[in-house]
Amino acid sequence: MTLNALTLLQQFLILLAGLSLFVSFILIAQPRLVAAIHSFAWQGVLVSALTLTAAMTNQAPPLYFSAGLTLVLKGLFIPWLLHRLALRLGLEGHSETLRWPELVLLAGVFLVIFSYWLVEPMVERELIFTRNIIAVSLAVVLLGFLMMVFRTQAVAQVLGFMSMENGLFLAAVSATTGMPMVVELGVAFDVLVAAVLFGVFFFQIRESIDSLDVDRLNRLAETPDVEPMLSEEIGE
Amino acid sequence: MSLLSWYVACIQALLILGLAPLLIGWVRRVRAFLQNRRGAPVFQPYLDLYKLMLKETRVGHTASPLFRAAPYAIFVSTWLAAATVPLIALDLPTAWIADIIALVGLLALGRFFLALAGMDVGTAFGGMGASREMLVSALAEPAMLMAIFTLAMTAHSTNLVSVMESHLADGFILRPSYLFAFFALILVALAECGRIPIDNPTTHLELTMIHEAMLLEYTGHHLALMELAAWIKLLLYGVLLANVFLPWGVGQGLDPLTLGRGLGILILKLAILGVALAVGETVLAKMRLFRVPLFLNLAFLLALLGLLSHVILEVGS
Amino acid sequence: MSGLTLTLFAPLLGGLTLVWLRPLGLAGWFNLGVSGLTLVGSLWLAKTVAQKGILVESIAGMGFRIDAFNVYLVVLTAFVGFTTAIFSRPYMRHVCASGKISPASLRLYHSLYQAFMLTMLLALTTDNLGILWVAIEGATLATVLLVSLYRTPEAVEAAWKYFILCSVGIALALFGTVLTYFAAQHVLADPAAGLSWSALYSQAQMLNPTVMRIAFVFLLVGYGTKVGLVPMHQWLPDAHSEGPTPMSAVLSGLLLNVALYAVVRLKMLVDGSLAQTQTPQLAGILLMGFGMVSFLVAGLFLHRQRDIKRMFSYSSIEHMGLMTFAFGLGGSLATFGALLHMLVHSLTKSAIFVTVGHATHIAGTQAIDRIRGLIRTQPAVGWSLLIAVAAIAGFPPFGIFASEFLLLTATMQSQPWLTLALLSGLGIAFAGLFRYLHPMVYGQPPEGQQAVPANMIPVLIHLGLVLWLGLAIPEFLAQWLDRATQLITGTHLL
Repeated sequence: MTLNALTLLQQFLILLAGLSLFVSFILIAQPRLVAAIHSFAWQGVLVSALTLTAAMTNQAPPLYFSAGLTLVLKGLFIPWLLHRLALRLGLEGHSETLRWPELVLLAGVFLVIFSYWLVEPMVERELIFTRNIIAVSLAVVLLGFLMMVFRTQAVAQVLGFMSMENGLFLAAVSATTGMPMVVELGVAFDVLVAAVLFGVFFFQIRESIDSLDVDRLNRLAETPDVEPMLSEEIGE
Repeated sequence: MSLLSWYVACIQALLILGLAPLLIGWVRRVRAFLQNRRGAPVFQPYLDLYKLMLKETRVGHTASPLFRAAPYAIFVSTWLAAATVPLIALDLPTAWIADIIALVGLLALGRFFLALAGMDVGTAFGGMGASREMLVSALAEPAMLMAIFTLAMTAHSTNLVSVMESHLADGFILRPSYLFAFFALILVALAECGRIPIDNPTTHLELTMIHEAMLLEYTGHHLALMELAAWIKLLLYGVLLANVFLPWGVGQGLDPLTLGRGLGILILKLAILGVALAVGETVLAKMRLFRVPLFLNLAFLLALLGLLSHVILEVGS
Repeated sequence: MSGLTLTLFAPLLGGLTLVWLRPLGLAGWFNLGVSGLTLVGSLWLAKTVAQKGILVESIAGMGFRIDAFNVYLVVLTAFVGFTTAIFSRPYMRHVCASGKISPASLRLYHSLYQAFMLTMLLALTTDNLGILWVAIEGATLATVLLVSLYRTPEAVEAAWKYFILCSVGIALALFGTVLTYFAAQHVLADPAAGLSWSALYSQAQMLNPTVMRIAFVFLLVGYGTKVGLVPMHQWLPDAHSEGPTPMSAVLSGLLLNVALYAVVRLKMLVDGSLAQTQTPQLAGILLMGFGMVSFLVAGLFLHRQRDIKRMFSYSSIEHMGLMTFAFGLGGSLATFGALLHMLVHSLTKSAIFVTVGHATHIAGTQAIDRIRGLIRTQPAVGWSLLIAVAAIAGFPPFGIFASEFLLLTATMQSQPWLTLALLSGLGIAFAGLFRYLHPMVYGQPPEGQQAVPANMIPVLIHLGLVLWLGLAIPEFLAQWLDRATQLITGTHLL
């Protein structure tokens, strides 16, 4: 099956999947927090548009609902919430120094190849045309994971997590014709609560270490040594 | 191959010479309009060339013969590269040299001489410009090749004519890989042609210039050839973007009507691209040199994603 | 009204009420009452299941399936929830009175306690793999604020780690769930039922093995994070050591069990799917590998601890590793042993955390080298700790000895070489525990160390039960576990 065999709408769907993947890379490489939040919002909009297109091509009415849910939650509410939190935490001009940006991007490319390699054998005899997107959705999940590993700023880590969730939504839409409604609602509820709780934690973390750089959360270790902490204080 | 097709090939090559100053004049005109200046007429570049041709050509006393030869080498290699790109007709006898890798090679040859000429006289600016030019091109070339490979993989050929033919045969298809490759090539074109945000073609501010720094020592017809080569390069990238990604309108026959229509559509496409370039240059500011690698990394990433999305999304088993 | 509705709605409504309940003195009692009601509901449910065999019910469009495997975990969960509520009422009042937390936080604590119980019970009873995921993620969300309840930098750090690691893990599990659903799409007549475990299990051999293999890896890593399998265990010691002690008791005694339950359920699906392929044992081997590594690594880490709650959380990882290994080993003997071990470990470990709560209260610190002479200061606490640790280390005549003995026998039968690793692991863990225990219990108490009002009833009940299970497993429980074994492995033990 090649693209020629698909209708224009289906081609559009695949295009949207490609763009979502691209936004994941932008998220990883974007050091400015507010811009990253906006990129994340775009990803939510893209996933929602993809769901809508899938609803139209597959004639699956439940997906219309899921597209609306994604748009409201991922495209609007969570970005709005994070943006507002960033403003309240005084992070609007915050720009993170990325560690090894080129290496991380390279690792991202390898993750894309890895997802393709992993997913390829299982889709070879499948029917629906969206099957190719499963690899992309897994890549979005893994790229979100990569972002959480390499970013030390709490809000950026949350962005990575939410981007992972975008990938999962993408997987649910592309691999199947959407999850059952009750599961979809449950997942959306969990994501919503998680977003609010993350907001609470930003304030708790800042209160406790006076920063949102979670690399400085390092009090708990296997053998909490007293000496290094002391010398650090003297150093400051 | 008929004699007619050879004629058309020659006309096409001459057309490049004719169109290149027109494109740059158009871009400058639109930019002036956007910046609320009156600006020079669209045909001003022709007059500039004419003036330079008439002026005396002086050569620095430290210059080697290479310095004199370089303008010709640069002009010829760039022109040859441009001539391989199908402009208004597809089935020409030059089709077999219209290979993408050969094209990149010809451009690299021109750049090689440009950098050498920049360093030849031994002035500080020339050397600085040459080293910067090599930095940019070293980063831009992989991105360009990667973008081009995306096209080649879809068409199963590195020949531009076959790429365009297969694209025409497929009809309009939304390909994520093409979209990524298209944007990657735009970024590469900006870098290679020395446009904002990489280089400012109108500046003579010593610290920021790249391309201009290498031309500082040239006068007269040497300078005219160098300038024309740079304009041809811009046209070349414009045609690549316009004709390879959107090949509709390029004539598939050799009768005057098809060719005329091809030329009309090409000029329209280039005019639109010129407006886009002018708008972009008005909106964006020039980057610091240290941010250039980031810019070109993005281009490389886009091209790589284009390749990957071709493999992942567009090829079925 | 049925046992199931009571079991689920008691914590749901209780949790909602506790958000608004103003008189704080009442909140603890109310919490206890709701937990008691849940326990009654679960016993009622167990009685129904004992009569019917398998109970399939549907509430508000959600399918529930209760069989011998999950019903005993439901009762265990409700029971530990109840006894911990007994302990937590005075304990948390004391914490509140000492000014460590505000009254509002106390209200939040009680409400989230019930929310946590709800998610646990929902995860156990649901038939829908999607709801299972939602419930286990919900358990993270319910407990994460409790871990950071004290608002110390350490507590916030622990909670953040817990939140991030578990969320990421569970996100991978959702990907696995989606893949399972994907595999079900082409098998089941009604694709909408594609997440129903019963429907999937009945058609397991039809599921595409390639998809299920990949799905299981994601599911194992995802839910394995919650089980605390090495190397995804990083959150566990932090969350256990920094959260309030009743939370440590229920996290260790219940949450880990429920996550393991999810893994075993999914293993059953994958085993069915892979039965005809080259690698029918893949899921089992993966479980054995993860389990064995967790078991050994956690045993070694026991030796390096300075915080008493951290030490016992490593002991939890060790035991979860052992159970995972046993479920991976398969066979009726190992599975029976693992089920019994789940039961006795939960009881013992929550008893230990309750006792440790009192011990830290006496010493005013969690640092092992500053807890000294518990038996002299307060014999009840000291002796309880000694006995409970003896039980958890696998001394006869406690229940853990019985289950570990079964596991060793099963390993000897099918993988004799691994017995050596198991035995040495048990020895290492035993040495690690007793190395620190002795001075804590017998050492010289510091000046002015005083006894505290301690409620040892839950500990006594738990340890009594563990002792009873070690001496003689009652007939009905043996039958019960045997039926669960039969469900999981297809063969009876007894």
